[in-house]
Amino acid sequence: MDKLLTHSPILIIAIPLLVAFLTPLIGRASGKARNVLVVASLAFVEFLVIILARDIYLNGIHVYALGAASPNLAIPEHFMVPVRIILEIDAMSIFMAIIAATVALAAVIYSLSFMKQETGQTRFYTLLMLLVVGMFGMVFTGDLFNMFVFLEIASIAGAALVAFRTRFADAAEGGFKYIVISAAGALMVLFAVGLLYAQYNVLNIGALANAMQFSMLDKIALALLIIVFAMKLGAIPLHMWVPDTYAVAPAGVSAILVVSSQASMYALFRVCFTLYGATLNMYTVGWIVIILGMVSMFVGVTMAIPQTDIKRLMAFHAVSQSGYMLLGVGVGLAVLGDPHALATYGREAMSGGIFHIINHAMYKGLLFLTAGALFYRVGHRDLNRMGGLGHKMKITSIFFIIGALSIAGIPPFNGFASKFMIYESVYQFNPILAVIAMLVSLITLASFAKAFQAAFTGPQLPEYKDVKEAPKSMLIGMGILAAAIVFFSICPGLIVHHIVEPATDALINQGAYVSGIMGGTP
Amino acid sequence: MIGGIPFNGPFVAVAVLVGIAFYIMVSKRNMIKLVMGLSVLASGVNLFLVTLGYREGGVAPIYTNAPAGIMVLPVPQALTLTSIVIAVAVLALMLSMIVHIYRHTGSTDSEKSRIMKG
Repeated sequence: MDKLLTHSPILIIAIPLLVAFLTPLIGRASGKARNVLVVASLAFVEFLVIILARDIYLNGIHVYALGAASPNLAIPEHFMVPVRIILEIDAMSIFMAIIAATVALAAVIYSLSFMKQETGQTRFYTLLMLLVVGMFGMVFTGDLFNMFVFLEIASIAGAALVAFRTRFADAAEGGFKYIVISAAGALMVLFAVGLLYAQYNVLNIGALANAMQFSMLDKIALALLIIVFAMKLGAIPLHMWVPDTYAVAPAGVSAILVVSSQASMYALFRVCFTLYGATLNMYTVGWIVIILGMVSMFVGVTMAIPQTDIKRLMAFHAVSQSGYMLLGVGVGLAVLGDPHALATYGREAMSGGIFHIINHAMYKGLLFLTAGALFYRVGHRDLNRMGGLGHKMKITSIFFIIGALSIAGIPPFNGFASKFMIYESVYQFNPILAVIAMLVSLITLASFAKAFQAAFTGPQLPEYKDVKEAPKSMLIGMGILAAAIVFFSICPGLIVHHIVEPATDALINQGAYVSGIMGGTP
Repeated sequence: MIGGIPFNGPFVAVAVLVGIAFYIMVSKRNMIKLVMGLSVLASGVNLFLVTLGYREGGVAPIYTNAPAGIMVLPVPQALTLTSIVIAVAVLALMLSMIVHIYRHTGSTDSEKSRIMKG
């Protein structure tokens, strides 16, 4: 058990990678065995994530150096800097890993039925596992170059999955848009990594943060990294790919892509807080993040209102909701240099933003899955042609209501809990921001009320007489996420106290991350 | 000086390559040209990395039978190799997607084939 825990950081990345390349072999023999393998391996990864999380909350940061005599030996003898590939997992990383593992598990179970009619399912699961590998790698790595590699793995696998159903014309187009912006963005990340490497001759995030001089080149690298990660997480004005990509992907993939975008958000926060940290004047950077968040929030929701394609509508809401996370964490970033403001409201704003990440992953994942269930039974995504589906798809409509109330921030749902934390703390920072955030929440409610009314209520339409409830595995997948939402809604205090606040502190406390790598030397 | 070229010559080349790449990506509507632009961008970034690791008069960083003198940095070369491999995968994927788009729309013009708007 101890060994399992020690090696769990690399196992969490290696098991999905191994399974990704085992599925083509096993898929040749039996489709059923392949499905069992994929689900079982993700369940095992979820278990590993949970035991690792428990240990991190008890004992602090885990460092895992690949190929070292002992895994926690970050800096070999006679060396001044870390030289190996190093994974460094703190409370923020494991927080993202919990999200990724849970959503991936739910989405894969859901996809078992959803993809049943498609050809080339084996390749679908291979790509899906690679996407999971990319997400885990991005959040676990302690090395800036590996972050680029895993970002590329997630982008390539994600784009291939978006374009998976090539019989639809728009699928290839959505995938193409995604890969173009991902490839250009990732190359800019590599350029920024080069700029940093040129000055400090290290790639490790902790070692770089330790050596950082804040020269002009560092600022250019920071600007590049912020632009790219803002684009990859879908913040307006760099959001143009989000609706096209999320709308055409298979529903299970849309749910995972939400988390994959959040992994880019994690990268943004990691760069701002850990790599550059409080020593640089973060007030300006904080305001840039806040403004990105406000614009995304407002423009995203206004663009969502006229949409008639149910998944495009949800995609625009995804843009809008990431605005809340940027707002919350941006406020924390802006007051990072001011301990008093940080203690009074900055920390709570960040906790609200980070809590919103996990809530968003759960309810937006659930909403995309319900939209996929509608598509599966009805055959199109046009809200104007749907109607009266609540008569036949009762369970799906209940899941939709749970997701919609949660995203709109209706008490007592978890969306309300995190949004309320954001309102309360942001109000002390700048009242106007909080007022706009509340307004956006109202428009979100209106938009989802419209979508619900269009799809589920009304008299039964003759053309949908034969529509049945979604298949069992899709219901189980949606059920996992719905159960998570209900659990978070019942005891938000528990989640905030045990999972979210350690993550917030991990971001604020740059020194702990650095000394996790560099040992005692400051 | 690298054989008569001023040392910052490669950096100028990087700037030119990246500039051309962005110009292509922003101005061209043909998707194949867009992919070419990305390829040029990848080359520019790779050249940047290799140039970073260059030390004047350095030899290849192989310790066996190494001649005396300084070596160039091995890490940027490793990074460049990784980046080239990734770029190949990305290019192949993009081109295969263009084939699919062409089958559906009969055009490689990104304006004409745009089904999704709004």
